[in-house]
Amino acid sequence: MLNSAKDHPPLISLEDVQKWYGAFHALKSISLSVRKGEKIVLCGPSGSGKSTLIRCINALETIEEGTIVVEGQVLDGSTKSIDAIRREVGMVFQSFNLFPHMTVLQNCTLAPMRVRGASRTDAERLARKYLERVRILDQAEKYPAQLSGGQQQRVAIARALCMEPKVMLFDEPTSALDPEMVKEVLDTMIGLARDGMTMICVTHEMGFARQVADRVIFMASGEIIEEAEPEVFFKSPKHERTKTFLGEILAHH
Amino acid sequence: MSYRFDFGAVLDRAPELLWASLGTLGLALAGMLLALVIGILGVVARTSKSEIARTPVIVFVEVVRNTPFLVQIFFIYFALPLMGIRLNPTVTAIMALGINGGAYAIEIIRGGVESVSRGQIEAGFALGLHKADVFRLIVLKPALRAIYPSLTSQFIMLTLTTSVCTSIAAYELTSAAQRIESDTFRSFEVYFMVTAIYLVISTMMMGLFALISRHYFNYPTR
Ligand SMILES: Nc1ncnc2c1ncn2[C@@H]1O[C@H](COP(=O)(O)OP(=O)(O)OP(=O)(O)O)[C@@H](O)[C@H]1O
Ligand SMILES: [Mg+2]
Repeated sequence: MLNSAKDHPPLISLEDVQKWYGAFHALKSISLSVRKGEKIVLCGPSGSGKSTLIRCINALETIEEGTIVVEGQVLDGSTKSIDAIRREVGMVFQSFNLFPHMTVLQNCTLAPMRVRGASRTDAERLARKYLERVRILDQAEKYPAQLSGGQQQRVAIARALCMEPKVMLFDEPTSALDPEMVKEVLDTMIGLARDGMTMICVTHEMGFARQVADRVIFMASGEIIEEAEPEVFFKSPKHERTKTFLGEILAHH
Repeated sequence: MSYRFDFGAVLDRAPELLWASLGTLGLALAGMLLALVIGILGVVARTSKSEIARTPVIVFVEVVRNTPFLVQIFFIYFALPLMGIRLNPTVTAIMALGINGGAYAIEIIRGGVESVSRGQIEAGFALGLHKADVFRLIVLKPALRAIYPSLTSQFIMLTLTTSVCTSIAAYELTSAAQRIESDTFRSFEVYFMVTAIYLVISTMMMGLFALISRHYFNYPTR
């Protein structure tokens, strides 16, 4: 996978990205490139800037310096570039963020209809396809509040997939879930990974990282400290901070 | 107490009271509709990033909420004609009710909009929706649901405030009552009837609001 994709230009590339919240330097000179089909797991202590980093990629946050390119589109802050990039990038949030006043099906058809101008029939066909894929088609007519957390998160994944994105960003998709629901969401994500989706996942599920990640990236205080293939990352981390972090995480799980 | 009750004279004027009640209902419904539109558009401007959009709304809300309704309606009816804007009593009443109710609605609805979590809005943006769609399709309904009880009690207030429109001789219940009273001198009977009619109107409004809520907010929240 790594080698076959090497000659393609990266799907996402960040170069020397700097982000401040007022006086607080949240991202410090972040450079990262992600090839098509690659799966990246992003981890690090709380407040290290993981969410900030992936939120910059789909322009939920603005950056002060550096460049972000997605599928050849430079994110320059213009509406046109933001629209183009959001079309290619799907996002799944920790808190699901399903729209409570819409059924599962309506949650999934909204963006295809409003953003891509799909007809209701086409949008519903697409929605059913992806709901089927996350194994929740039988709940299509229910409202989010009638679903369990794990089900809601799978709907959120389907909703993002309905825009047929080239990349999926996950921001701690399982950390708001009861333990018994974590697996169904991780399995869905593993399925996506198997089908070749390009993914950047912020997660502390190290089992998931071992199983699907091509690279694990460790962040601390707004910087990328270390990145490696999972085997290497878990077995022989180089930096002291990585070791400490892994010690804490693995002790917890 | 030697007053002898006699509803006969008032009951003779029942059709007039009935028509006037419909006038009240019409003013109230039109006023509410206008207030709702002003409320929603006002919130859009009030929560925008642009100061040029926000400031006039803040000033509007403060002016309206800190002046008497009677003065507002007189202003529209007697002062605006001097600037070439001449409106009949019905239109004036609807305008005044809508503007007054709208100012309160802005503050109420703004609370609802602020109660919608940031995550909802971000999910909309992440899906590629634009701001207007995010507001209209994602924020508005849950926002209205959150403040529906305050908004509807404000609208009951608006309904009762239609009685002040008697001051410009708008076609509504209190004007009719005054007319019948001065013809019959049956003050108690007239105002007793009118009080009952206002109660019926308010109750009907609350029924209407409950019905709207049942259909429009028909989704479960945990
Ligand atoms: N809107 C904001 N305004 C000011 N500071 C912020 C804002 N958002 C995040 N920060 C700060 O930026 C830093 C990075 O935040 P971020 O949410 O990216 O961390 P994280 O690595 O995702 O942490 P967690 O594991 O807790 O989710 C934190 O110190 C946080 O307090
Ligand atoms: Mg985070």
